[in-house]
Amino acid sequence: MEKIFNLQQLINGIQLGSIYALIALGYTMVYGIVRLINFAHGDFFMIGAYASYFVIIFGTLRGYHIPVILVFIISIAAGSIAAVLANKIAYKPLRYKPRISALITALGVSMFIEYLFSALPFIGPSYRAFPNEQFIKSKIFEFGNTTISNYIIIDVLVSVGLMIFLTYIVKYTRIGMAMRAVSQDKDAAKLMGIDIEKIITITFIVGGGLAGAAGLLTGVSYPRIFPYMGVLPGLKAFIAAVLGGIGNIPGAMLGSYIMGISETFATSYNSLLGEGIAFAILILVLLFRPQGLLGETVAEKV
Amino acid sequence: MFKRLYLTILIMLLFIGLISFTTGCQTKKENVEVIKIGGVGPVSGEASTFGISTRNGEKLAVEEWNAKGGVLGKKIELIFEDDKGEAAEAATVWTELIDQEKVVAIVGSVMSKCSLAGAPIAQAKGVPVVSSGSTNPRVTECGDYIFRVCFIDSFQGKVGANFAFNDLGVRKVGAIFDIGNDYTKGLAEFFRDQFINLGGEVVGFESHPTGATDFKAQLTNLIKSGAELIYIPDYYSDAALIMKQARELGFKGYFLGSDGWDSPDLVKIGGDAVEGGFFTNHFSKDEQRPEVQEFVKKYKEKFGQDPDALASLAYDAMNITLTAIQNAGSTDGAKIKEALKNMEFNGVTGFITFDENRNPIKSVVILEIKNGQQTYRATVNP
Repeated sequence: MEKIFNLQQLINGIQLGSIYALIALGYTMVYGIVRLINFAHGDFFMIGAYASYFVIIFGTLRGYHIPVILVFIISIAAGSIAAVLANKIAYKPLRYKPRISALITALGVSMFIEYLFSALPFIGPSYRAFPNEQFIKSKIFEFGNTTISNYIIIDVLVSVGLMIFLTYIVKYTRIGMAMRAVSQDKDAAKLMGIDIEKIITITFIVGGGLAGAAGLLTGVSYPRIFPYMGVLPGLKAFIAAVLGGIGNIPGAMLGSYIMGISETFATSYNSLLGEGIAFAILILVLLFRPQGLLGETVAEKV
Repeated sequence: MFKRLYLTILIMLLFIGLISFTTGCQTKKENVEVIKIGGVGPVSGEASTFGISTRNGEKLAVEEWNAKGGVLGKKIELIFEDDKGEAAEAATVWTELIDQEKVVAIVGSVMSKCSLAGAPIAQAKGVPVVSSGSTNPRVTECGDYIFRVCFIDSFQGKVGANFAFNDLGVRKVGAIFDIGNDYTKGLAEFFRDQFINLGGEVVGFESHPTGATDFKAQLTNLIKSGAELIYIPDYYSDAALIMKQARELGFKGYFLGSDGWDSPDLVKIGGDAVEGGFFTNHFSKDEQRPEVQEFVKKYKEKFGQDPDALASLAYDAMNITLTAIQNAGSTDGAKIKEALKNMEFNGVTGFITFDENRNPIKSVVILEIKNGQQTYRATVNP
């Protein structure tokens, strides 16, 4: 049992969970407000990683160190722009069409972005080394036989910080109030004078930005990026969001940490078990608590 | 009235098109006097630098032959396909090369799982194959048309274990490998068996799924088990991430790897973590043999960078294939196969002859990463 439960594995799991959390937050937010499972979310994450990659490379070539905060802003902006464009071009025309059409379109957008990036000559389908050491130098702290790197601390702090920020926006600002109104009833919100398209655009800006930030952090912690890097983390983050209760912000966070930690412990027992555990959890949740851990049962409107 | 005119013009245009099409075919027929050789490699995907090097090595060899007048008095045309490092894609492109392009022989592929997908197709159609970089033993077991110029994993794994036990003097080792990849799984097993034979102890034997980016759970187990060396028989991008994460977890021992490490991206991704790592390889550009130095010079002139092992293997594989066609005096698959069996070739990666399983008998080089550069450490003979 000592082999499976130890502190180091818990830390490993928390790091993985933080990355999932950042992606899951955007997933759950867009779903909560637009009721759209945005499969392209994992690709906004990839775009964020590439944007920061190019900025850091550009800085290194020119010989100056680009401030950390600026790289963060650029990766967030890249994710946001991609999300807004996807919304404008692909999702908006289908807003009042059956939900399944939007879902299939989201799949199409996701694949389009992946293949487009593979085809672009300056990106290409192959792996690239993310210049993480030029961005933030890694430091390792040792406590007995347990180690923790500064990357883990950054991952956790940023994801928790963004969750608090997001909860604040949704709960305590006028825009947040409008978002909640749109998520409850689009038509009524419109009658109350809310510009729902504007609110949806803001939702995509925030969601895409979170994915972009997650892309940067992933590049830093796992310095290898490629156009399909968003597929598997996106899928797992989606499961994490469902696990926590899709549409629920603290739920996405909780779900992500549960996923990250259980995946790490399962992997340390047997690596193939680790890969499957996410999906096993999904099935169990859907069977016994379909609304998710923190989700509320919403009566279907008739 | 006008309608009629349009119709007439349309028919005339169609007719002209048809004529130019048929004449187009005729000019093509005159060009049939080339010998088509298929090339396969992962130009994109997780081992893309391997595919690019393979393509470069093959191109260089074909150009040299064409400059000397080709083979059997005909020019050689290289048709290179990307298998993306995926077995399913490999099956498609091999079929395309054989059925549509009607290639005489195939040189490739790199990844064992891709060759294992493609080789049975070539065997069934009687097209000789000389693989440049697939080191898994099962590749040439696909049939008597399948050859290779690289050493096989059982030998490479054994040399790795000997080096760890005798030269580095470690007694407790761990290994981590990709469970979905015949190459890395096979190597890890050969290494483990030989290390136990030598009297050492394998304290951890961990796997990871293909495409994983987080290896910390497995590495934590290996470090806890007290391994002094971690054997990472994997491609450079995975290997670099693994080493980086192992150092992040506080691992202080040795890293040992395989020919999959041979890429500049290993250092780019892994940074300081790969420093001091050892790996077994086919070729070192620092070797002083004239064949090696001449090849390094020509390659650098053409592509502007130093050749790696994959480029030199592809160069040897293409040269051997073309020599076999010349010796056979025919483009008939069965005759080329016989010529390959009796081949004795002094290549860039060593003096190559084939054993009864169509594997080469040749030497292994051990390299060390020092200051971000591959440095020559030793040559081990079979």
